[in-house]
Amino acid sequence: MTVQELPGAAAYRPTPPPAWKPLTDPAPLLPDPEPYRVLGTDAVADTDPELLLRLYAELVRGRRYNAQATALTKQGRLAVYPSSTGQEACEIAAALVLEERDWLFPSYRDTLAAVARGLDPVEALTLLRGDRHTGYDPREHRIAPLCTPLATQLPHAVGLAHAARLKGDDVVALAMVGDGGTSEGDFHEALNFAAVWRAPVVFLVQNNGFAISVPLAKQTAAPSLAHKAVGYGMPGRLVDGNDAAAVHQVLSEAVSRARRGEGPTLVEAVTYRMDAHTNADDATRYRGDSEVEAWRAHDPVRILERELTGRRLLDDEGIEEARMAAERMAAGLRERMNADPVLDPMDLFAHVYAEQTTQLREQAARLRVELDAEHDQPDGLSTDDGGARR
Amino acid sequence: MTTAAATAGERTAKAKPATMAQALGRALRDSMAEDPSVHVLGEDVGTLGGVFRITDGLAKEFGDARCTDTPLAEAGILGAAVGMAMYGLRPVVEMQFDAFAYPAFEQLISHVAKMRNRTGGAMPLPITVRVPYGGGIGGVEHHSDSSEAYYMATPGLHVVTPATVEDAYGLLRASIASDDPVVFLEPKRLYWSKADWSPQAPSAVEPIGRAVVRRPGRSATLITYGPSLPVCMEAAEAAVEEGWDLEVVDLRSLVPFDDETVAASVRRTGRAVVVHESTGFGGPGGEIAARITERCFHHLEAPVLRVAGFDIPYPPPMQERHHLPGVDRVLDAVARLQWEADS
Repeated sequence: MTVQELPGAAAYRPTPPPAWKPLTDPAPLLPDPEPYRVLGTDAVADTDPELLLRLYAELVRGRRYNAQATALTKQGRLAVYPSSTGQEACEIAAALVLEERDWLFPSYRDTLAAVARGLDPVEALTLLRGDRHTGYDPREHRIAPLCTPLATQLPHAVGLAHAARLKGDDVVALAMVGDGGTSEGDFHEALNFAAVWRAPVVFLVQNNGFAISVPLAKQTAAPSLAHKAVGYGMPGRLVDGNDAAAVHQVLSEAVSRARRGEGPTLVEAVTYRMDAHTNADDATRYRGDSEVEAWRAHDPVRILERELTGRRLLDDEGIEEARMAAERMAAGLRERMNADPVLDPMDLFAHVYAEQTTQLREQAARLRVELDAEHDQPDGLSTDDGGARR
Repeated sequence: MTTAAATAGERTAKAKPATMAQALGRALRDSMAEDPSVHVLGEDVGTLGGVFRITDGLAKEFGDARCTDTPLAEAGILGAAVGMAMYGLRPVVEMQFDAFAYPAFEQLISHVAKMRNRTGGAMPLPITVRVPYGGGIGGVEHHSDSSEAYYMATPGLHVVTPATVEDAYGLLRASIASDDPVVFLEPKRLYWSKADWSPQAPSAVEPIGRAVVRRPGRSATLITYGPSLPVCMEAAEAAVEEGWDLEVVDLRSLVPFDDETVAASVRRTGRAVVVHESTGFGGPGGEIAARITERCFHHLEAPVLRVAGFDIPYPPPMQERHHLPGVDRVLDAVARLQWEADS
């Protein structure tokens, strides 16, 4: 016999706790079950042909940039390069949807987005080359430093967008992160802050299948990464990350939404990293050729090229033109990267604090003496008074 | 000066007893009033005025947009502050308790401390991170840590800690005005310490990085900061009976470190004890003792001694009095400074 059935006992009628009411209707926030596509669908008819051609030219250039940068690692001109080959559609769309006043927050793999936004290709590589951490002024280009720790740049994007709105500026921040980065605490905190503050931010997750070697299934148990948005109270959008027109459209809508003051959006672009994690990684240890080949058939450059040639917006001459433009970019990059950067070791102390501490001044003086001694003795031989006399 | 002006001046300059907590709140208020780019953010800093009431009244006076209750997430708070500073604001972040700041360590170490350096000076981050720190208030675990050594070990951060009501005001003003990030450690057991202080005519704003001699003396130097300053002052008074005339140096800033003031004092006295309540092993005292030895070896009459907390996780409140260095432990160290005579 249960308690409720005791003779004479009043039936228990459960009621919700007094404070409970749903904060947000989840239905409009849920992503579609299939990644949104434009190329090869009816939606392409609504896309500006000029935009498609521009995306194509940038994609071809981006593909060539990735190949050239990877080649530079083999020549010892770059310390490391995390290629975004296969992901160019995400990189290019992220750069092209932003207005000049907007901000881009790239991760370490997003050199291409920074270059497509207008950053000097050599300046964009200083981190990976190893001569300085950030070779450009972030404020000048509205591109945050390429971020090596995972997802830590996302709260920065939120704070910046929030600050811009407080100042009355019509600025949107677009922050890029990989599928692995979505497991980090900073991803969660950034999305939560953005939604609570209704900050004008767009989060773009490039789900390229692997966090170095760990596949998505070992990264998350969520239906999709876009579904995570619902828990924060922001819309989640799922898009085919190899379809440049689709990524551009979805990101444009998210940026417009942010600009209208309607808050952040989480966009998951489903894509694939065709190369290894970096030139130092061996991808054959964790994935088979057949999987890579299946994705090769869905290559972002080829599917856009087919769409454009099929619609007679592009011919062999146009393809060759894009290829030549990319070659010129690569040749310029090669040439400039082959010159040794001129570095001043005293820069090591120049930008630790606004004003050097006495301790740093002492250390800088010591290095100066060492450098002068090196200069006096190019053969490396030391003399008794080599440094002491200064 | 006319009579009316003199009266007004006297009225505004009149010093009354004020607590360190009040002086800190006043520093925040004055900084916000003076500079519209100063924003306060943290957990409970708005309506509640902070759990220690340091931010009391700021949300009311300046609005939610400038004194903001954030979600409960320290990495998010500091990370957002980084973005705000990138856009030209001057955020002042409150970490509710010392150990609550640990989730924000990656933001602090990887971004706050390094942004100026990473960007070749193009993007300095004028962020002040206020951390109530240290024990002695009967807090349960994770509410009494002395975390200064972690911050000191990170280039790019200033580490500042006031010990007096005047310095609480002046150093916080200087920290907020600094173009570099400052970890501002507030000795929470001194929040309710009082001094005659006039918020209407506040004391001079000291530049960050200068130590001060709180008590001149000739026989030995006690080097300390923050919560241990009152302990050292009391010990110095008590030592007079033993024939010791102790000098007390209040560091006020751990980074940058004022080698000059410390070395000058030790050269005068020939003996030094470093006193702090954080752990001794790997603690600030080791660094300070090494710096003194490097600079003052020939002036030293005895080894530089350290009086620190034990090398244990911060103890439960009913045991903390055994851990915290008190007057007796300082005096015991001072007695050991007769090392040369004994050996």
